[in-house]
Amino acid sequence: MYLKVVIIGNGITGITTARHIRKLNNAHITVISDETAYFFSRTALMYVYMGHLKFEHTQPYENWFWKKNKINLLQARVDKIDFLHKKILLNDESFLNYDKLIIATGSLPRTVDVPGQHLKGVQGLYHKQDVELMEKNTAGIRKAVIIGGGLIGIEMAEMLHSRNIAVDFLIREQHYWASVLPIPEATMISKHIAEYHINLHPQTELKEIIGDKNGAVKSIITSDNTEIECQFVGITIGVQPNVNFLKNSEIAIDKGILVNDFLETNIADVYAAGDCAQFIHPKHKHPAIEQLWYTGKMQGEALAQTICGHKTMYNRGVWFNSAKFLAIEYQTYGAMFNTPAKGDTTFYWEHPKGKIAMRANFNASNFTLTGFNFMGIRFRQAVAENWIIAQKNIWEVMENLSLGFFDPEFFTNHHQPILTQFLQQYPKPIA
Amino acid sequence: MKNEQISMALTDNSEASTLQKTGIILFASGILSAIIAAAGAGNAQPVLFFWLAFGLSTAGGLLYAYTYFKNPISIQNNGIFNHGISNRGAIAWLTGLLFTGFYIILYWFPQYLEGLIRATDTLSMLLRNRPADQWFLYGTIYTVAVLVMGIRFIGKYRHSRYQVVRTLSVMFFQTGFAFLLPAVLLRLNQPEFYFSYFWPLKYSYLFPNDVNYFLNSGSVGYFMVFWGAVMTFIATPLLTYNYGKRWYCSFVCGCGGLAETVGDPFRQNSNKSLLSWKIERYSVHSVLVLVSLATILLWVNSYTNGAVLGNFSGSFAKSYGFFIGSIFSGVVGTGFYPIFGSRVWCRFGCPMAAILGIFQRFKSKFRITTNGGQCISCGNCSTYCEMGIDVRAYAQKGENIIRASCVGCGICSAVCPRGVLKLENLDEKSRFEGYTKPEIN
Repeated sequence: MYLKVVIIGNGITGITTARHIRKLNNAHITVISDETAYFFSRTALMYVYMGHLKFEHTQPYENWFWKKNKINLLQARVDKIDFLHKKILLNDESFLNYDKLIIATGSLPRTVDVPGQHLKGVQGLYHKQDVELMEKNTAGIRKAVIIGGGLIGIEMAEMLHSRNIAVDFLIREQHYWASVLPIPEATMISKHIAEYHINLHPQTELKEIIGDKNGAVKSIITSDNTEIECQFVGITIGVQPNVNFLKNSEIAIDKGILVNDFLETNIADVYAAGDCAQFIHPKHKHPAIEQLWYTGKMQGEALAQTICGHKTMYNRGVWFNSAKFLAIEYQTYGAMFNTPAKGDTTFYWEHPKGKIAMRANFNASNFTLTGFNFMGIRFRQAVAENWIIAQKNIWEVMENLSLGFFDPEFFTNHHQPILTQFLQQYPKPIA
Repeated sequence: MKNEQISMALTDNSEASTLQKTGIILFASGILSAIIAAAGAGNAQPVLFFWLAFGLSTAGGLLYAYTYFKNPISIQNNGIFNHGISNRGAIAWLTGLLFTGFYIILYWFPQYLEGLIRATDTLSMLLRNRPADQWFLYGTIYTVAVLVMGIRFIGKYRHSRYQVVRTLSVMFFQTGFAFLLPAVLLRLNQPEFYFSYFWPLKYSYLFPNDVNYFLNSGSVGYFMVFWGAVMTFIATPLLTYNYGKRWYCSFVCGCGGLAETVGDPFRQNSNKSLLSWKIERYSVHSVLVLVSLATILLWVNSYTNGAVLGNFSGSFAKSYGFFIGSIFSGVVGTGFYPIFGSRVWCRFGCPMAAILGIFQRFKSKFRITTNGGQCISCGNCSTYCEMGIDVRAYAQKGENIIRASCVGCGICSAVCPRGVLKLENLDEKSRFEGYTKPEIN
């Protein structure tokens, strides 16, 4: 008999785990999802709304792929798990047995607790169904409000902008995503947002949503008692682990399902990975819940090894992330926060036109590189990682920056102005 | 700082769409004038109808192109799949039928274009010192289309200098090498020769008939034969080794130039399935075998004065010209842009692309590098690949993309929202090495 593996969730984490188990052995693999029949790229949902892609384009594998690789896909909702008898109860009241269970149920959008939160036209953005709902909710409207200035917030702003819907964008911080980005970068993005005529309201929160007589959104009231007319309210204040169906079960949950560094839960043969997992002992300078595409993928790869008998610790490696704020691309490598980590100092260069910038953080006492931010510059991940791991001397880094530039051919190379400014601020010590 | 607003006077879309609509109306009037001209009015009023047909459609095209410059400097793919013209709607099928119909008339029933051909007489006299024929008309339309839609392309992708440079390049080669220079050669009573087309795409340049004709035309003809041979046998492998096949397909070639400019609105319709890749490999290499056979047969026949093969080699070459040269590259290749995407001919039929592709796959410094583990599998790269390459399948594994069919247009890199892809020429040895996460401690 083959090992029976059941994976709940067909997102990047669940599917990566399934694919890598299949590469390693002949386990009987079933992937359950309530959301869609086939795996798709969640990060691409915005492009479907904007008309850049059709939904089918967000599916990285052709439909025959799953049968060929003997990965059973089941579109159903899990109602309950009987951990004692290793049984899963589905919403059609059928059962499924497992030898190993992987929970990769991802997230749910966080909701606000204000009057009017259930009015028609108020929604978050995470699932495929949310985009379909957004399609309905925004049909023919003129004005929208977005609450929460994170990555999904700016994506939603871009989506609405593509349909000529005027956007008021309420954020808690002084500048866009200032909880993560240092002030210069955050300011640059705030200015960029204004260029798109998206109206950013710094340090503003949502107090109340007002409905019309049909139960649809009419306007909102902000924390400073301003009323803003709108027909749509996007709530993008973050996501939380999708674990409600496990509440009151034997599995240990805090915010997410608690796991060790091997992604094992407190129950034998039950694992959790991706957005829904919470590390009991998060690594230094790393979050306990990693809600990124990249981390889900890497967790899935590690977990597949463990499931197939090669117990493998999940190793995040050098932190990296990327995003695109309207037209400005962002890449970050290493432990970069809105202020330098303890013991670090920082160097920032910005192009006079204000759309391109780079930041290098380095240890203030031994001058070794700790991380990079790039805005509007593409940079090679392998180079950044190797330099950070090797604790490369910052002057050597800055002199060799061109080795890492990844912009397309014929693009302007900004190495000289960056280096010149760096040497002015940090003259090279005479060896 | 509250409600800070920086106005950069971006056009609001209603103004842009008014301009676009005006452009489309002007363009349609131009096409209508062309039809009226072709129907006979061009015979009576050639100059008037030249300006009506070419002037109105160019003005309309330029106005439409101009709106792309008014949009923000970033990817301008909003609504591509919401519009019938770019998403295989009825209007796309209609456009495909019009294109196809035009090619059929052009190749086999040019008498129906007589009025329009006469409308280009003045220009033909000016450039070539002889009256126009259907091929001069076609060359004029082709060049104007590449120029107008090239300007649109530059507006759309002006955030990428790579896109701007290579588009200026195809516009230059089309206008200079494929339109003006052959015309001037005719004016000087020299053979009409296209310095930007080589065997096997321009198959006849190595057929005995053409070679003998050139060699009998004096020193310029000698140079043409020499040029053709050098380009085919020496420059092609060398340039492809150093830069990949893009040096030709995306910077020089006229077919590529049309696909990149006129075809750009349809690039997303190329099929990305594994099946289409399998068909492509059989199809494009079969054409290469056929054209090579035709060439060899013709030379054998020429040396033996027809003793060995009789008429067979001639009719074989003729059939090749009919089925591949006319039907495949013209009627299907361009006619079906709105349905099958912009590079049907380049992908499934072009023997030049096949040769370049073999070099590119096995002996070249070119690759598209994937930036580590940064791919989010969104699918923009694959969707907008005109050659139907599933770019994402490589990118999401951290593998470099090295495919015979890649023409190096660079759009995958341009539309990638995470900066994952880079076209580059690096040391040949390491090009298949994917990204591996570095070890820590």
